Parts: sequence; structure tokens; C-alpha cells
Amino acid sequence: MSTLDPTSLDVPAIQALLAAGATAVDVTQAYLDRIDAVDGGLGAYLHVAGEAALARAAEVDAARAAGGELGPLAGLPVALKDVFVTEGVPTTSGSRILEGWRPPYDATVAARLKAAGTVVLGKTNMDEFAMGSSTENSAYRPTRNPWDPDRIPGGSSGGSSAAVAGGLAPWALGTDTGGSIRQPAAMTGLVGHKPTYGGVSRYGLIAFSSSLDQAGPMARTVLDAAVLHEAIGGYDPRDSTSIDAPVPVLVKATGEGARGELAGLRVGVVRELGGDGHTDGYDAGVLDRVRETVELLAGMGAEVREVSCPAFDLALPAYYLIAPSEASSNLARFEGMRFGLRVGDDGSHSLEEVMSLTREQGFGPEVKRRIVLGTYALSAGYYDAYYGQAQKVRSLITRDFTAAFDDVDVLVSPTSPTVAWPIGARVDDPLAMYAADLCTLPASLAGLPAISVPCGLSEGLPVGFQVMAPALADDRCYRVAAAVEAALDAARGARFLDQLTDRTGAPA
Amino acid sequence: MSTPSPQETDAVVPEPQAPAALGREGTAGLGRDDVAHLARLARLALTDEELDHFAGQLSAVLDAVAEVGKADVDDVPPMTHAVPLTNVAREDVVIPSLPRDVVLAQAPAAEDDRFRVPQILGEEE
Repeated sequence: MSTLDPTSLDVPAIQALLAAGATAVDVTQAYLDRIDAVDGGLGAYLHVAGEAALARAAEVDAARAAGGELGPLAGLPVALKDVFVTEGVPTTSGSRILEGWRPPYDATVAARLKAAGTVVLGKTNMDEFAMGSSTENSAYRPTRNPWDPDRIPGGSSGGSSAAVAGGLAPWALGTDTGGSIRQPAAMTGLVGHKPTYGGVSRYGLIAFSSSLDQAGPMARTVLDAAVLHEAIGGYDPRDSTSIDAPVPVLVKATGEGARGELAGLRVGVVRELGGDGHTDGYDAGVLDRVRETVELLAGMGAEVREVSCPAFDLALPAYYLIAPSEASSNLARFEGMRFGLRVGDDGSHSLEEVMSLTREQGFGPEVKRRIVLGTYALSAGYYDAYYGQAQKVRSLITRDFTAAFDDVDVLVSPTSPTVAWPIGARVDDPLAMYAADLCTLPASLAGLPAISVPCGLSEGLPVGFQVMAPALADDRCYRVAAAVEAALDAARGARFLDQLTDRTGAPA
Repeated sequence: MSTPSPQETDAVVPEPQAPAALGREGTAGLGRDDVAHLARLARLALTDEELDHFAGQLSAVLDAVAEVGKADVDDVPPMTHAVPLTNVAREDVVIPSLPRDVVLAQAPAAEDDRFRVPQILGEEE
């Protein structure tokens, strides 16, 4: 069935193809063909599981032919960030230290997607151990932005963002520690949602900063993201921080939002994230698109007011103490004894020397910097001034959110201060790289849900609009994002990503 | 692998770098020797080039993150986690572990159904 090309379709359209008689093998093959054609240049995947994907798709087709009861996601391809362990499928977390490792078990989210009948296309590129905002810290290769191959796709989930925006997967999972779902979604014109901390299982997610890490969906539309989130979300007894509460009702909220049902919604615009006196480092085009989107919400009946959250000014320093501290502890497990790389085990080096040499060769520069910084922040004598102080600032940020949510239902801001920047521009300047996370860090530190939805172009590149909500109110993020998406689609007369298809002439 | 505090490490291993030199007086900067010391604590060998490069970069980062010191945090409790959970215990039910051969198949070195590791004790011990 050579004429089938689902690669520029959203999930309901692919489901319609499957319902109309297309096979899962056809759909999977179409994505594999596109990966084969363009991923050499794009660099979205670290591993393409072609044969396994086709075998899995054939199983789904056989089950369907046998009249089996199949779920709505059966036969739909999906891509997973390489931070999720997948049984028998190479998993590196973007690091040389895990090169060639085939995990002996599945992450809970991978198992849930498998049980739903989805077809894993492969594992997507990422900044090493999810440390970065551009995917240039991948130990394997950079990923390019489908909107402009000379620019970064965001990070750390940049392989997932490039894969979905480029039509190399209908949707993908990412992880977000300080913005690593939302920022790459913003950079590539996708919808990306960081769930409430504890809303999605972390079991089998290679840990970076355990009190912040959270898995979530990256998709072409708000509805697709909601469907994927519902498929992976919910309590997991294998994750002690998992919240034992029902999965939020997100698809329904998305439908309500898409119908513009926002009357009475109170929207707070965060001054500290691009407002008066806080515009340094922000692109004027980004601020313009965000302002227009806020006006759009007001036009749909939302009550808009400015909200001040002064502690957000300290989110970046607090995050870059807490995350490296937790990372320096979490990454201690990569010592070359039980899995992955081992260097210098020739009988002439002690255990400790082998560990040090393995980590020297296995880790890249950003990982090393964060291990050193985290080790310092946790040192006796410096703990109170750095790590302890950062944890108190984390409380202040949470208090600002709590106070704000007394008066408003959601908070909004740009997702990132700028559009995608040229590859290489920030590689050797950690602070410039970290600044890309300025707007996403507060919700991460407070453990709150936040979504990024495309709100237009600046300099021809996508701009993301961030919607933050109280804990467990993920549905508000989806409702508001769906309203923005529907209104902008209607005004444009086309889906956001259709602009990319029109520009590049792809997918062909 | 545990990460000992500088004091503990100094008690057992002669280190050229005293912990008192970490975080030089009046500045949050990290010198080359500080980075080397911290890397040793973290079991991380670094090349000379990396030491030179990281010292400058990490000093800039440390200056930036030291901004947290500006916050007025009197009576503010530290927040370790976003979810107010106490310890979670599961039912005491036996569930199968991963098969040993499956796990050892991914080990860098295995012998006699165990992980094989390099020499732990020195000759003189």
C-alpha cells in the first residue's frame, strides 16, 4: 500500500486510517520509510527498532483480523526518549557510559504503551542524562530542528521533539526535569506537557534529579497529548512518589477548551517571566506572540490579570543547585561494575581507579560539570549555604504559586525566552544554555503541571505559550491550551504544523 | 558508591587540597585544585584540559547560583520534594526478581554467577 502516508497526520486521522482498513504494518512502514529517508540529516533517533516494530505491528494486525478486542491505541506507532528503559532495546540516556546496554526490564510507561498495543519505532536522542536544553550534549550526535536544520530542536527531549515535528513519529514521550518537555516542544511547534509531579510513574526512568523528573507527552495537537498522557498516567506501586489518585480526565477537558468554554476562567500573567522590568534576554517576537495569546484568551471570556511571583527570580539559581546535587548522587550508580562501560580493568588498576577512569571516559563535559557542582553543593561546610538554601528558595517559589492560585485558575508565560538558536551558539557557555529554562523552572521546582502550546512564529520559528496550574489540575492546562490551539487554527485556517509541511514540502 | 564529606576523606587519604580552601574567601569561585579535589570525591578522573576548562566555567556558574543567598529565608522550611509523602510501604508479598543470568548478561565482566570487579585491596593490605 505504497500511497499511504500518515506521517503528517494527527492521531485521530491515523486511527481513522486504521479503522478504514489500513494495517498497522502499513502505518509503521510509512514511518520507518520516512525515518530512513530523513533521519540521517535530522538525528532524531539513537536507535530505530525497525524489525521489532514491524513484528509488533503484525501482531496487532493479526489480533485485529482474528476479531480480537483492541484498544484505541492499538497499532499506533510511538517514539520513546532514550531515558526510558526498554526490555532488550538499547538504552543509553544519551551517554557513552551506557553504550550497547540492553535493559532487562521495561519502564512502567513503556509497559503501559506496550499493553495498549502501540508500536515503538525507536529511542530518541537527548542531552546526556537529560542535562541540557539543546540536545547538543548528546554523546552521539546533535539533533537538528525540522524548522531550520542549522538550529537546535530544544532539549533535553530534542530527539522526541524533532521526530514528532518532522513526521518521524506521530507522538513521543519525553521527560521534563527543568523544562525538557516544554522547551523542546516550544522550539519545534509541538504541544508538550509536564504532568503534576507523581502523576506519571518514574519507574524505569533513568534518574537525573529524582525530586523533579517527570515523564510526559509530546504531540502534534493538544488532543493527541491528552490521549497519550491518559495512556501513561496514574498510580504505580513501583514508584514510591507516585500519587494514588485517578488519572486526570484530560481528553474531555481538551474538548471543552477547543469549544472555547473559558468563561469565568481567571488567568494570571506572571510579571517575573517576561513582564515589566523582566524582559532582559527575551525576544521581542516571543513577548509579542505571548501578549497576543493573552488577548485572545481575554476575548474568549477569560479574566486576565497580572500576578507577581517575586521568588521566581531565584528559580534558576535554586534549580542549578538542586538538580546537580541530586544528579551527583544519582549518577554514582554509573561506576562500571554492574552494567555499561568499564575502563582500565587490566589488572593494574584498583577498583577505585577503574571507577574513576570509567566515569572520565563515559561522561561528557556537562555531566562532569554538574557532578562536580553537585558534589560541592552537598559538601559539609557548604551544604547550608547552597543546597539547603536552594531548598528554602524552593519553598518560597511554591508559596508564590499557592498565593497566586488563591486569585487565579492558571498562570501563563512564554515557555522559553527565545526561539530556537543556532547549533553551537551556547555550547561552551553553560549559563547562556541554562537561561533557556528560565520560564519552565518554577513549575518544575513546585511540582506543578505545565503545558506548552504553539502560539505563533517569530523570525519564522515557533513560539511556545506556557500554561501552569495547581497540583493535580493538569486538566486546566489542557483546557486552556486547547482553546488557544483551536482559536489560532481557526484564524490561520490550518494546523500549526501545516506551516512546516508547506514550507519544507515534506513529508513528501 | 558513597560520597564522603571532605573532612572524612582528609582523615583517611592524604590530599594535597585542604577542604578549607574550597570556596575562596570573599568569592564563590572554584579554583583548579578545588575542582580536582571535588572530582576525586566523586570518583571522576579529569584531564588537565578539563580541569582548566571547568574551573572557569564552574566559577561563573557558582557565582550565578550563589544568588540564592539573597533570599530572606528566616523561618522558611526546606522543601525536599513536591509531594508531601511519608514513607510508602508495600505489602510483604514475594515477587520474582530479575533472573540472574539476564542481569549478568549485561555486566561488563561476570564470573561464577557474580559480577567480577577489579582488585579492591592493595598489595600491602
